Amino acid sequence: MEVGSLEDEAEAMFDRGWTDGLPVVAPTEARVARMLDGTTRSADDVVALMPPALVECTVEKVAVNAVMAGCRPEYLPVVLAALEAICTDEFNMHGVLATTMGVGPVFVVNGPIAERIGMNAGINVLGHGNRANLTIGRAVQLVVRNVGGGRPGEIDRATHGSPAKLSFCFAEDEAYADRDGGSPWTTLAEDRGFARSTDVVTAFCGEAPRILVDQRSRTADSLVRSLADGLRAAVSSRVVTGMDGMLVLSPEHMSRFADADWDRARFMDELGAHLMVDTDAIVSGAGGIEEGLPEAMAGLTLPKFRPGGLLVVHAGGPAGLFSSIVGGWLNGPMGSEPTSREITP
Amino acid sequence: MNDTAPATVQLLDPTSEAVSTDRALTARKPSLEGLTVGLLDINKPRGDVFLDRLEDQLGHRGAAVLRFAKPTFTKPAPADLRHEIATQCDAVIEALAD
Repeated sequence: MEVGSLEDEAEAMFDRGWTDGLPVVAPTEARVARMLDGTTRSADDVVALMPPALVECTVEKVAVNAVMAGCRPEYLPVVLAALEAICTDEFNMHGVLATTMGVGPVFVVNGPIAERIGMNAGINVLGHGNRANLTIGRAVQLVVRNVGGGRPGEIDRATHGSPAKLSFCFAEDEAYADRDGGSPWTTLAEDRGFARSTDVVTAFCGEAPRILVDQRSRTADSLVRSLADGLRAAVSSRVVTGMDGMLVLSPEHMSRFADADWDRARFMDELGAHLMVDTDAIVSGAGGIEEGLPEAMAGLTLPKFRPGGLLVVHAGGPAGLFSSIVGGWLNGPMGSEPTSREITP
Repeated sequence: MNDTAPATVQLLDPTSEAVSTDRALTARKPSLEGLTVGLLDINKPRGDVFLDRLEDQLGHRGAAVLRFAKPTFTKPAPADLRHEIATQCDAVIEALAD
C-alpha cells in the first residue's frame, strides 16, 4: 500500500481498520525484513489457518503485524508459537473470539527465552511498562484481527470485551524453582510436561485479572483456605467444573508455602480440598437465585475446577500480599483447552 | 520550489488480502407447503424450547421438519453436518437461545 507524502501514515492505518484502537508502527518493507530476521522460518511458511475466516497465515503476515504491534525481531518466535497454540481445535480461537463473554487468549511464557528477550515476570507483571509482554500479546491479536478478520462489532460481538483482547502476555517468575539446592516447586511448563530448559508458551482462555487480597495470613494453611475462598467466586460462584481458572501467585504469597516446605503437588492437593463445593447451595433457585445447576444435581459435592483445570503461575513484584485470579471460559471439547507449544527459533 | 516527485511510503498489507465474493440470496420460497425445513440447534440452553415451537408452527403450515444439532455452540458446525443439512433440506433455521 502506498501512502502519499501529504498523508499521515498513522492515520492511514487507522482509516483502513488495521489497528486495535492504539496507533501502530508503519510496516515498511525494511522493518518487516528486519522482523523476519528474528526467525529461521521462511517468509512464505504457513503458520496456521487463521480464524475466524480460516485463511492461511504466513510467517510474513505475522511479521507485518508484529512490526505494527511494536515487537522486536527476537520476539517473533514467541508470537509464532503463540499463534500455533491458539489456532488449534483444542484452544478454539474461533469460539474464544466470537463468544459474547469478555475473554481472550492469556499467554504465559516459560524457559530461558523469557529473560533473554526481556520479558517481565516481576513488578507490574500483568500491567504496563514492558515492551515484550505487551507487544507479543498485541501482535497475536492484530494477526487475528487483520489476517483472520476477527474485528469487534463484526464476528467479535463481546458484551463487554476485556483488556485480555488487547494484549495479555507475561512470563512466569522461575526464580523460586532456581533456588540453591533446587526447589520442589515446578514451573507451569514443567507441570505441563516440558523440561525446564525448553522455551514454552501456554495459551489459556481467560478474562481480565482480578486481585485477591490476603494481608493477614502468616501460615500456609490459612493462606490456602483464603485463596480457595476467593477462587470459588471465579466467573460465578454458581459455576463448577465447567470453566477453568488461573491463579497468579505473588512472591510474598508464595513464600508462605515455600516456608512450610509445600511443593506444588501439596499446594494443589490442599487447595483442591478447600475448593469442594456443596451443590445444595448453588442449584437453580437456592438463595432465591435462578442461575445455577439443575435441581437434580442437589446433594452432591463437586470440585470448583475439573482436574487440571486450575493453572498456577508464580509472578509479580517482590512486595505485596496479593495474588491474582484469571477466570476462564467453557473448558474441554465444549470450549477451550489450555494449550502449550514449544517456542522454536 | 522542489520539483522532485513527492516521497511516498510503501506499507506492507497486514491483512489476508482475500477478496470476498458477493453471492445473490437464494430465491425466497413462495410457500412452506411440501418443503423440508432443517432446524439447527446450536446447543445453547433453551434452544430446544424455541425450536420445538417452530417445529409445531411449521407442521401446521405443511412443512416437514428435520432436527439437527451442533456438538457445541462455541465452534463452527462440522463440515459433515453442513453437508447433511444442505443435501436433505430446502431451508434451514438456526437457533440461538439462552
